[in-house]
Amino acid sequence: MTTAGTELPVQVRAEGRCWKFGDNIPTDRLVKTKYVVEPMSVIVQHVLEDLNPEFPRRVRPGDVVVAGKHFGQSSGRAVAVKALKATGIGCVVADSFARTFYRNCFEVGLPALEIPGVTGLVADGDTLEVDVVAGTFRNRTNGETRSAAPADAFLLEMLQAGGLIKLAAARPELFDRPSGG
Amino acid sequence: MKTFAQKALERASGQADLVPGQIVDAFPDLYMSHTASWRCIKTLERMGVEELYDVDRIAMVMDHISPAQTAKTAAHHSLSREFAARMGITKFYDVNAGIAHVVLMERGHIRPGELIIGTDSHSTIYGALGAFGTGVGFSEITAAWVTGKLWMKVPESIRVEIDGPLPRGTYGKDVMLKLIGDLTADGATYCSVEFAGSYVEGLSISERMTLCNLAMEMGSKNAVVPPDEVTSQYLEEAGVQRDEYEPLLPDPGAEYRQVERVDGATLSPQVAIPHMVDNVVPVEQVAGTKLDQVFIGSCANAKYEDLVIAAEVLAGHRVAPGVRLIVTPASSRVMARAASEGIVSTLLEAGALITNPGCGACAGDGGAMADGEVTLSTANRNFQGRMGSYESKIYLSSPATAAASAIRGVISNPQDLIA
Repeated sequence: MTTAGTELPVQVRAEGRCWKFGDNIPTDRLVKTKYVVEPMSVIVQHVLEDLNPEFPRRVRPGDVVVAGKHFGQSSGRAVAVKALKATGIGCVVADSFARTFYRNCFEVGLPALEIPGVTGLVADGDTLEVDVVAGTFRNRTNGETRSAAPADAFLLEMLQAGGLIKLAAARPELFDRPSGG
Repeated sequence: MKTFAQKALERASGQADLVPGQIVDAFPDLYMSHTASWRCIKTLERMGVEELYDVDRIAMVMDHISPAQTAKTAAHHSLSREFAARMGITKFYDVNAGIAHVVLMERGHIRPGELIIGTDSHSTIYGALGAFGTGVGFSEITAAWVTGKLWMKVPESIRVEIDGPLPRGTYGKDVMLKLIGDLTADGATYCSVEFAGSYVEGLSISERMTLCNLAMEMGSKNAVVPPDEVTSQYLEEAGVQRDEYEPLLPDPGAEYRQVERVDGATLSPQVAIPHMVDNVVPVEQVAGTKLDQVFIGSCANAKYEDLVIAAEVLAGHRVAPGVRLIVTPASSRVMARAASEGIVSTLLEAGALITNPGCGACAGDGGAMADGEVTLSTANRNFQGRMGSYESKIYLSSPATAAASAIRGVISNPQDLIA
């Protein structure tokens, strides 16, 4: 089940099943080059399919993707983040993120939290609770908890607005045309 | 004592004394978007904005998936073309120009000290001319069109000292593959990489591009070779005079997160093996691997100098039977010069297929592989399925190694073919 085409408001708290992935997953794996120009309704059916064919088929709103280090590495294609968001997941948590992927999460409005070592705390199908504003993580299945530094306040504001463009619409004063620069 | 990154972001933000970790509003000098420009334009339409901050800072280059193969991609190109004409964007380069990064540098649009953002992760390449280049998302480019600014976190810096000269038959690509293998794909994540050492002093801009381009594959935010006389000469040829820019150099004694040293004298040709860029081995370890295709292209290694190296190796030889050698020059200027100086003839006589300039097979545009096939590529990525079948394999090397391997039909050390 996916939410392609129907935008949900961005929730900073996610509660859902864990989908666990490994280290150094490139954006090429999230959205293969051959799907980049397809509509999101097509792209979303293939997200991460090579690594787990069940993921695009069975992911449910609010589920949590947990990945290893350097998640979303290499190609800066923002469509990779948009596609992951369109699956309806509530949050992506990783040991660490690649720079462009992390940046694109806030731009697009996909909750993301970096928790070093998180992949050691979860198994596929565990029930997880994550709050990206509080910086808290709890695995309800095995009782493991962690806290992590949340992102900077203005990024969290961008996230809660639904991304950069929606923030610009909601808070135009933040984007006043500067007089110089 | 400041790093290059501190100085560049101080200049772009108008703020003094920035420290790593600090977040600033920065005003980029140029916003590059490639074939994905249509996504930025659609976003702008949704915002309902028509007034832009400074159209002279907008550059668009139709380099991926070009020329269009389907009505859908043709419509994307058309949208960008019409938008550029309507808004008066003079730095619009159509499907005939080549790869955005190389085109913008050779046309004098990138200058030392500038902040350049692009919808392409390999925007780190602009450090070859002493600029701070970094990749961002589509809607961030759109926001920059409107507001002129975007947020930037001041990165920590890593200094990479490379001693030269390199042994015969080894190049900047071999340096970078070795470095990426040692530091791993996330070894420089969020960091600014500064190159230094005797190898980079006086180094050609072409090789500097290869260094700064590949730095992205260890996760870096930007990469830079401090500008010098070589930079000024390149810029003059591109139509940029010395009084039109202010180079930014790192201070001696600036603070680095780490310092890496590469002993160039002991370097041998390197190859990245499937399916990760940091799976790097000396060429001997994979010599003899049978090839179906060799690709000499991409923003990493399809500049004029790269084609010259390939032609030197291929001159008087033929591509091995059963092997497809695809050469995709980085830009139309590269192709024109290669044609006028006989490089194109040499490549054609050896049996190469020469395509139009652009990203080509690196971005999955032509040159796809069938199940079980193997390509040796001079590009910067070898992820599974990137060039066609998921059951195919991509190895990465320098143009010299690629050319030598094309002749023999198997991965080969080029050193005995180079005078």
